[in-house]
Amino acid sequence: MNLSRARIGERLIEAFIFLSGWSAIFGMAAITLFLLREAAPVVPRIDWHEFFTSTRWIPAPARGNEPHYGALALIVGTLTTTLVAMLVAVPTGLAAAVYISEFAGRRAREFFKVTIELLAAVPSVVWGFIGLMLVGPVVSEVTGAPLGTNLLTGGLVLGLMSAPVIVSIAEDALRAVPDSYREAALALGASRWELVHRVLFPAARNGLLAACLLGLGRAVGETMAVLLATGHANQIPHSLVDPVRTLTAAIAAELGEAPRGGDHYRALFVLGVVLLVFTFALNLAAELVVKGVRRRGRS
Amino acid sequence: MTAHLECRKLSVSYGGVRALDEVSFEVPRRSICAIVGPANSGKSSLLKCLNRTIDFVDTAKVTGEVLLDGTAVSKLRDVLGLRRRVGMVFPLPVGLPMSVYDNVAYAPRSRGVRAKAELDVIVERALRQAMLWDEVKDRLALLGTRLSGGQQQRLTLARALSMEPEVLCLDEFSIAIDPVTTMRIEEVLHELKRTTTIILATNLVQQARRLADQVVFLNAAKLVEVGDVVSMFERPRVMLTSRYLGGAIG
Amino acid sequence: MSPSPFAPTAHERHKEAVTARAHAVTLAATVALSLVVVALFVTLVVRAAPALSGALLWENPADKGKAGGLWAPLIGTVWLVVLSVLLVTPVGVAAAIYLNEYARPGPTTRVISLAVTSLAGVPSIVHALFGLGAFVLFAGLGASLQAAACTIAVMNLPVVIASAREALGSVPHAFREACWNLGASRWHTLRTVVLPNSLGGILTGVIFAVSRAAGETAPILFTGAVFFRAIPDGVPARLAPYGLDDPFMALAMHLHVIATQVSQMPPERTYATAVVLVTLVLLINSVAVVSRLRLRKHRKW
Repeated sequence: MNLSRARIGERLIEAFIFLSGWSAIFGMAAITLFLLREAAPVVPRIDWHEFFTSTRWIPAPARGNEPHYGALALIVGTLTTTLVAMLVAVPTGLAAAVYISEFAGRRAREFFKVTIELLAAVPSVVWGFIGLMLVGPVVSEVTGAPLGTNLLTGGLVLGLMSAPVIVSIAEDALRAVPDSYREAALALGASRWELVHRVLFPAARNGLLAACLLGLGRAVGETMAVLLATGHANQIPHSLVDPVRTLTAAIAAELGEAPRGGDHYRALFVLGVVLLVFTFALNLAAELVVKGVRRRGRS
Repeated sequence: MTAHLECRKLSVSYGGVRALDEVSFEVPRRSICAIVGPANSGKSSLLKCLNRTIDFVDTAKVTGEVLLDGTAVSKLRDVLGLRRRVGMVFPLPVGLPMSVYDNVAYAPRSRGVRAKAELDVIVERALRQAMLWDEVKDRLALLGTRLSGGQQQRLTLARALSMEPEVLCLDEFSIAIDPVTTMRIEEVLHELKRTTTIILATNLVQQARRLADQVVFLNAAKLVEVGDVVSMFERPRVMLTSRYLGGAIG
Repeated sequence: MSPSPFAPTAHERHKEAVTARAHAVTLAATVALSLVVVALFVTLVVRAAPALSGALLWENPADKGKAGGLWAPLIGTVWLVVLSVLLVTPVGVAAAIYLNEYARPGPTTRVISLAVTSLAGVPSIVHALFGLGAFVLFAGLGASLQAAACTIAVMNLPVVIASAREALGSVPHAFREACWNLGASRWHTLRTVVLPNSLGGILTGVIFAVSRAAGETAPILFTGAVFFRAIPDGVPARLAPYGLDDPFMALAMHLHVIATQVSQMPPERTYATAVVLVTLVLLINSVAVVSRLRLRKHRKW
């Protein structure tokens, strides 16, 4: 009977749906496994103390010399650029979210939301290019730094890239606060600003924190922009205008010339694992923070 | 003669919370059975067990049995067929986001009826039975969601009737519609009783009195009393029943 | 004259002043963010102007990108996007259907949701490492169009899942219950009511994935994109110049290389390449934004 044939088709589709349901877990597991698999052979040859405390990153030494895997400068490079980026992105992002959610009229809200969404869509290589050609020269002009590609330029560009992420998630968090809270506060004679910082900030605190964590995650993992705009110097920066190199930029810059299967190649996968762990931790934290909101909201 | 529908020690719990506690009663064929009781007394959970849409509620756990024509519904292999035998109308009108015609033709089509002529007949019959035909016959292509609330409720009824169910369940069908529509649907139910067994969950005591042959009174998940409409209203055996039906508690 | 009882007190005036200041500061931040970006892009376009022409789009690059146009990388990007979207859409939409329609709430569902957000947070360069290790080397696809498309597909999986899930969630639950009560199975309900009414939202999500795929550079750097590859002339060949096994040119990769590695590059050509890439991505994105606004207006309920 054709009805039962339809049932078989239905079962097949549902099998595909159930299988696909696991695709995200499968993808995450595959990424972890393949990174570990490619990184594993070099792990016994890495001195972990050196890895975290030395800046000597010489994975492909001249003939007859020992390689060195000191990733401290790369880690510090990532952390400092991210820090500069967050100093730019968190205040502007949160302020813009507050404006869009609480002060803007309907038209202004639509306009800025679309603008910021488009901002988030600009490809990272274009941001890197903008850093290299437009922001860099201005920075070097203003600070007198010899090179336009440095920590400050990279951080600024990264900040501009992370801000839209923070704006949109923070705005969602603010809008998720029930209107009854707003009405109650205003009815009690609170001003608009008192409403924002006495009522909305505490109520949406976890959502705002998650927004910042996810913005942070984007900044840490960003590759092309920092590759083009931070200036590639494997050193610990002493001033805002020193060139630096990040974990992501090191991988992108060196993977092309590292022979497949060699120690250098594998060492870059080790850097990849470090990045993966770091961003996973950030995401997990953001997730737990948001969960915290829900649990409290229920009780 | 066996009852058309029977509940035997039917219990439902949601994540450990009892919504229905060992309820047993029988419904004879071609009669109207009103299930009355205050909000949260378990009426909706009971109805969901009758056509096993309770299966879709992830947290629900059902024990006991519902028998349709003497057969346990939990043993039925053809659940979809069961849902066509037992029609259901919700408290809130739901027009599906498709044309009025497609709304009513939905169930026959999913059963495999394809011929346009056959569908036309079913759609007209169901809409006439639900007393909606005259209002919508010229706009069958209109979106079901664009009808008024009262029309959508009759559309919901027509959809249920399109399957020619042997049992029709209505869950508080009148809470979201005007009194005129309510009266018209009540007329429809009177008419339908000649062919169909009707289960009517309601907290409108007077509605139960107007329509029902038999009344089942639930309170706080338990069956308090069951009996024919006259004895329940005039000679209730339990104090709680007389207070509820008399309007003292609600 | 005695003061009106409704005249603001000093405290209230202070509160209003603080609010006005907060309004001004947050507005300034929003405008600054938008303005900086507008200024940057206007500068891009102005500096690119001398090189912008129809020929830039139609001609193939020559002399390391110093002459000719952008056709070969442009069509490479198009193919990359099309392939990756074909790969990711069925799986992503099915995963969203599973999560929204079939999965029972519980530990498994929580782990899957966490996997989706984690996958969304994986840095693009890590996707590049994964693509290299898994598709190029382990699966033996080599550095090729198909390896790059697979890599981008994995990267876009959480984007598609999240937006499809949102689209499915926007269909009221009452519709599903109505269908179940009419004897429709879960899948039949999905096919006849839920999917037709969430298709627009799902498509919008796919378009976002497309725009993201078009601009990505890091994941294709080592999985198949190359700076130069001669492609044949003539119309049919120009439309499909790369085989699945071939390395290919892509716009984002092209910009990266000419901006950093080609000496004596005429600057306006680099700017023009950036402008073409940004325009492409923003155009695709605008389609998604507009279609979402239209959907909101044309709801059927």
